Amino acid sequence: MATADWNPLGEVYYRKCELYTMEWSGLVDLAKHTVAASSYGGPIALMKDDSKTARVTTTIKPVISVYNAAGKLLSQMRWNSGTVVTMGWSATEELLCVQEDGVVLVYDMFLTFKKTFSMGQEAKDVKILDAKIFASFQGTGIAVMTTSFRIFLISNVDSPRIVRLAEVPGLNEAPNCWTIVVSDRQARALVAKGGELYLVDQGGQFQQQQAELSENAGDITELAVSFNNKYLALCTKNGALWIGSADLQKKYCEFNTSSPMKPQQLVWCGNGAVVALWDKLILVVGPDKDWIKYNMDCSVHLLQEEDGLRIIGNDTHEFLQKVPAVTEQIFKIGSMEPGAMLYEASKEFQKRNQKADEYIRMIKDKLEVAVNQCIQAAGQEVEPGKQRTLLRAASFGKCFLTDYRPELFVNMCQMLRVLNQVRHHSVGIPLTYTQLEHLSMPVLIDRLVLRKLFGLSVRICQYLKIPDAEGRSRILAHWACFKVQQKHEDEEKLARAISQKLLDVPGVSFSEIASQALEHGRKQLAVKLLDYEPRASEQVPLLLKMGQDQTALTKAIDSGDTDLVYTVLLHLRDKMASAGDFFMMIRTMPIACSLYIQYCRQQNLKLVEDLYYQEDNSLEEGNCKVIRSYTLEHLEERAKLLEDAMNCFHRCKNEFAAKQTEEQVRLLRHQRRLEDDTGNSYADLSLQQTLRKLIGDGNHGHVEKLRKEFKVPDKRFWMLKISALAEVGDWSELEKLSKTKKPPVTLEVFVDACMKQYNRTEAVRYVSRVQPEQRVKCLVKVGQFREAAEAAIENKSEEDFDYVLSRLGLADRQVAETVRGMRGQLMARR
Amino acid sequence: MDLQELSKLLKTQLAHLLVSIPESKDLVLDADLTKPLDRVAGISFLKEHGVDKIFKLEAGQKALPGCGQRVYLVHPKMTTMKYIADHIKTERGKGERRAYKIVFVPRRLHICEKILESEGVMGYVTLDEFPLELFPLDTDLLSLETPDFFKSFYLENDTTYLHTVASSLVNLQRLFGKIPNVYTIGKGAKMTYELMQSMFEAHVDRKESKFHVGQLFIVDRDVDLISPMCSAMTYEALLDETFGIECCMINFDSSVTGDNKDTKLLLTSQDEIYSQIRDRHFAHVFSYLSAKAKDLQAIYSKKNNLKTVGDMKEYVANELRVLKHQQKLLATHIGACEVIMKTKNKSDFESFIRTEHSLLEGTDTKENLNYIEECLQKQFSPTLTLRLMCLLSLTQEGLSARDYKNLTTQFLHSHGFEHLVTFLSLKRLGLLTVQEVGGVGNRAGPSLGKKSNYRMLNRRLALVPKQGEETDLKTPTDMSYIFSGAYTPISCKLIEQILTRDTLVGLEEVGRLCGGLFSDIKQKKQPASGRSGAPTDPVMKVALVYFLGGCTYSEISALRFISRQLGVRIIVATTAIVSSQSLLGDIMEKSGR
Repeated sequence: MATADWNPLGEVYYRKCELYTMEWSGLVDLAKHTVAASSYGGPIALMKDDSKTARVTTTIKPVISVYNAAGKLLSQMRWNSGTVVTMGWSATEELLCVQEDGVVLVYDMFLTFKKTFSMGQEAKDVKILDAKIFASFQGTGIAVMTTSFRIFLISNVDSPRIVRLAEVPGLNEAPNCWTIVVSDRQARALVAKGGELYLVDQGGQFQQQQAELSENAGDITELAVSFNNKYLALCTKNGALWIGSADLQKKYCEFNTSSPMKPQQLVWCGNGAVVALWDKLILVVGPDKDWIKYNMDCSVHLLQEEDGLRIIGNDTHEFLQKVPAVTEQIFKIGSMEPGAMLYEASKEFQKRNQKADEYIRMIKDKLEVAVNQCIQAAGQEVEPGKQRTLLRAASFGKCFLTDYRPELFVNMCQMLRVLNQVRHHSVGIPLTYTQLEHLSMPVLIDRLVLRKLFGLSVRICQYLKIPDAEGRSRILAHWACFKVQQKHEDEEKLARAISQKLLDVPGVSFSEIASQALEHGRKQLAVKLLDYEPRASEQVPLLLKMGQDQTALTKAIDSGDTDLVYTVLLHLRDKMASAGDFFMMIRTMPIACSLYIQYCRQQNLKLVEDLYYQEDNSLEEGNCKVIRSYTLEHLEERAKLLEDAMNCFHRCKNEFAAKQTEEQVRLLRHQRRLEDDTGNSYADLSLQQTLRKLIGDGNHGHVEKLRKEFKVPDKRFWMLKISALAEVGDWSELEKLSKTKKPPVTLEVFVDACMKQYNRTEAVRYVSRVQPEQRVKCLVKVGQFREAAEAAIENKSEEDFDYVLSRLGLADRQVAETVRGMRGQLMARR
Repeated sequence: MDLQELSKLLKTQLAHLLVSIPESKDLVLDADLTKPLDRVAGISFLKEHGVDKIFKLEAGQKALPGCGQRVYLVHPKMTTMKYIADHIKTERGKGERRAYKIVFVPRRLHICEKILESEGVMGYVTLDEFPLELFPLDTDLLSLETPDFFKSFYLENDTTYLHTVASSLVNLQRLFGKIPNVYTIGKGAKMTYELMQSMFEAHVDRKESKFHVGQLFIVDRDVDLISPMCSAMTYEALLDETFGIECCMINFDSSVTGDNKDTKLLLTSQDEIYSQIRDRHFAHVFSYLSAKAKDLQAIYSKKNNLKTVGDMKEYVANELRVLKHQQKLLATHIGACEVIMKTKNKSDFESFIRTEHSLLEGTDTKENLNYIEECLQKQFSPTLTLRLMCLLSLTQEGLSARDYKNLTTQFLHSHGFEHLVTFLSLKRLGLLTVQEVGGVGNRAGPSLGKKSNYRMLNRRLALVPKQGEETDLKTPTDMSYIFSGAYTPISCKLIEQILTRDTLVGLEEVGRLCGGLFSDIKQKKQPASGRSGAPTDPVMKVALVYFLGGCTYSEISALRFISRQLGVRIIVATTAIVSSQSLLGDIMEKSGR
């Protein structure tokens, strides 16, 4: 009978089924241990509590052991720190041990130490009485009560921030009991002082609350908040069990247990019933005062789950839950629900009985509901056999439906397969379907990875077709990180094994694995692994961290990412004792070298010079000096620096540059003298510009001197002089110049110079003296088109005439017309 | 393949960045980011996303006014970091409290963080990055807008920008699919290709998506240094030379518009008139414009023949508006043409061009030398003179020691001694070199710079059309029209060759001469044999040409020409659009820095 283990509790039923026969059976007596188990099928930590057995107080430190839910030992250690007040598990399955002095030590389930933090100075000074570990809205929280009856609380163990709660007024002895209630994103403490309840919060407020209790109930001795923080149960000294809402506004019932003894544990079974434990007796009380009693063979530990209660015993691990509605609908005796009929039909069908057809007909219209019920019910079963019959029924019903969407069925099959795998005692995670829905599949996979069940988790990912990036790659990376911690394995072998497995897996970061290896002091392995990292940006910083400077530099250069090269270079420069050593190291690498020079160039030009000097690159050194000379204020300083530059050029046999520099030095000195003489600034002027300025100033003596000294070619000098004179409007001097004997330039230059200053009158004066062959062009230049045309005709040159024509666009209309009309004359002349 | 998708992507990323800082904030921009940002997003977009004031980051600014949140959008440069640190320190010194955020374009560099750290302001700033790499300027033009690539990579051997280019290529291919066939021309191009490959390897996603571009050409600027030294002859190139085009935007002053207002114009293929004339030889732009003017006149005169009120309404509502707009554009372009002509007439343009052409042909060396001397004597602008000197060196494969000495001495005397450094840089770049005197090597180690292989390349690729063959400039049949038939850009010629041959076989010698050709071909075109007319995948007829170190408007015109000739869609990507002016200007040493 499917309902054999059902017990009615008012309207609903409760059932208790066995999850595991414990592997620790015969080895462990729970009565002698402090027990801490983690919800969602998590591991169980036991601390052997000698004070429970030993008659004399011993100084022997207790032993902490961690088992999976099937009682398989995962790890064990002797506690060697302070006295542990409370043990508990965080949401990420870390073991939290709260010590008397308020220090919290965090271990993973293999009892590897992870971190520690304190609950504050006051807790440390006055010691703590008690601690509660609770699920906060951010993760896992811890609250401690000090011996001064103050409560300190953190909401998240991952980022501990200590908050002091308000004080309970007039509390001068330890409260009977207290607990944490999480609501509205805030954790508050509910403290029982005698028969009164106080709710204290983080804002410094307290609130006295009243549970509606019968008069002689006595002091409150035990409090229990339901899993969803909505309901509260409490026990009193005189054995009353009160059930109500967490804000105490509502009372569901007050049940008299008539036990004068305080229960060992008072917990909720899901959110529907309260369970009290007295040694071997379990009492389940519903909100309507209905009750069930179970007698156990040995002392047990109770653990609240979202949808039930785990009962951990010396030999067995059982699960107590409310029979889910859908299961009740199908299996309740005499149920006429469609699901129940379908289940019957399927059973009959297996027996080849025609009754099957009858049942199906009965629920023809509600077949879809029936199928869904069977699928959901299958999810609620722990035994694969039961799951199978229910799924078979669903599958059978599906045949009669034409357009039933198969996702529901397929999903359930997949989930059940996964669940059955993780429930297996070697894994030991007794999750129910409801819990898995809440926990989500990625978290479950994380938990498998935490248990180092890499193979299983990879297979699950592949079975569920989870993308590699979130699934397989990630798990393999974890595997590799775990692998590098195994000190006994040969590094060479390990590196090969890891690379073989991971090389074709996309998205695995070898640098992460390598840094993991480095953290565990396996530098050689890290170096080997890093070699597989294709992203230089990940590789290089780690290489630097390991002190592999040369490799880092080479890799950075190979990557072509100059930013990485700079990272290495600057790191090395800061690290190396002397700049010289540093430069010796990089000088063999041209890219590194030129990059460093670029960096220096922007920071300090002098530095670049020194570098080139060290390199014996006199040409570049001289070059830098030339550039730097322009940054100097005084001409004499510049000249000095340029003399240095000149020596550099000499050294590298660049006589041309040396000579130019030498000339510049001389020019600078001239300019300085001129500055002294005239008071005008000649800085930054070229030779040409200096001359021009001097001509403009009429300082012809100096002009001649410079001209001779720098051997300025005649032609250029003339051109310069002509244009300079025209520019300052020294027409008489210009004319004088034009009358010099054997000028090296033609008079056309004079015309051009005048026209450039828009002085046509002056220009015309020279046109008359221009050589005949250039006259036409010059006439055009001064805008005398008609005269130009006439000259062309005179020369009988068609080419010249065409030239005039082509330039007519700039002439005024009338002249243009005239000139065009003259073409005939040209023809006539010829 | 629509390049606008790239714009959209950038816009979303920018919006994310801006929205990540709630409420209003001020924006401080690197001067050279204003135009690109304007093209990508525009002021109104910024305002919509809570930008209050916009400042330009300048040297010597000690502090800025503004609200309590400020975002710097800057290139990761050391000097910029120092400016920002200055701002923060002064402002904090005055007791102003602000949230600072520095957004690096295109990515954050460790070295910048180091500088912020050493300046002691790291604690006050948050850092982020905006991957503004390639962005579309036109339907066939992408730019990285990094004009200093040329100097930084070819002169200073700084490979930072290669990484930027490779990453821009990777990101582009993320969007448009991995390009199967890659050709590289030149050394830097090959390095970029290798960098790109290693980036592909390092990234996780290996899913092969459909690709939209069949071929990729990566071209080094130093393969062809001649093109940027030649005088621009196409309309677009001349506009750039005369007025300066920034991110396809041009600003015409009153000399063009005729009134006192400046006109800003967006020069893209969206402008119907412009798209017709941009690639034309300048000699034939005016004729087109006047024909167009006549057309407009004809449409105008249509109004006299309108019969009904309805027609009139229609005419006024639609045609007239379009007409008005076109008329304005036309007037602007004509004005621009006039200004260009005037500028050219002012200088001795004809002789200049003549010299340039005979240099390219390799004739009349003596006269050319004389002309260059004349340029120096007449004190032409230093860039102009330097351009001819470079051309002389490139075409002669180096100057003789005597000429070099003579010309440079005159140049230094004329334009200042600081150009001694310029000449050293030019030498290293291979732009202006000295012929090695046989045997007597420079003792100071390997000779600087690279030698040009102009003559051999010219012979192999027929870069200069044969004498006597008149190039038709109006309806060109050869891409050398862009330089009046005097020269064909090497890279464009090579691309044309590869596109028609679909292989590098037969180009080995040329490859050796221009610094290395390399190909990685993943997808063969359908074999030409067998069924003729088997349609080639249209995607294979899309090519992306990426210029490292910039390309000129002339080259873009040449590629557009090839594109029309071969029926291949060519998208040009470049680190920046350059001209002789900008290229030489960057290299020229400035006195009094």
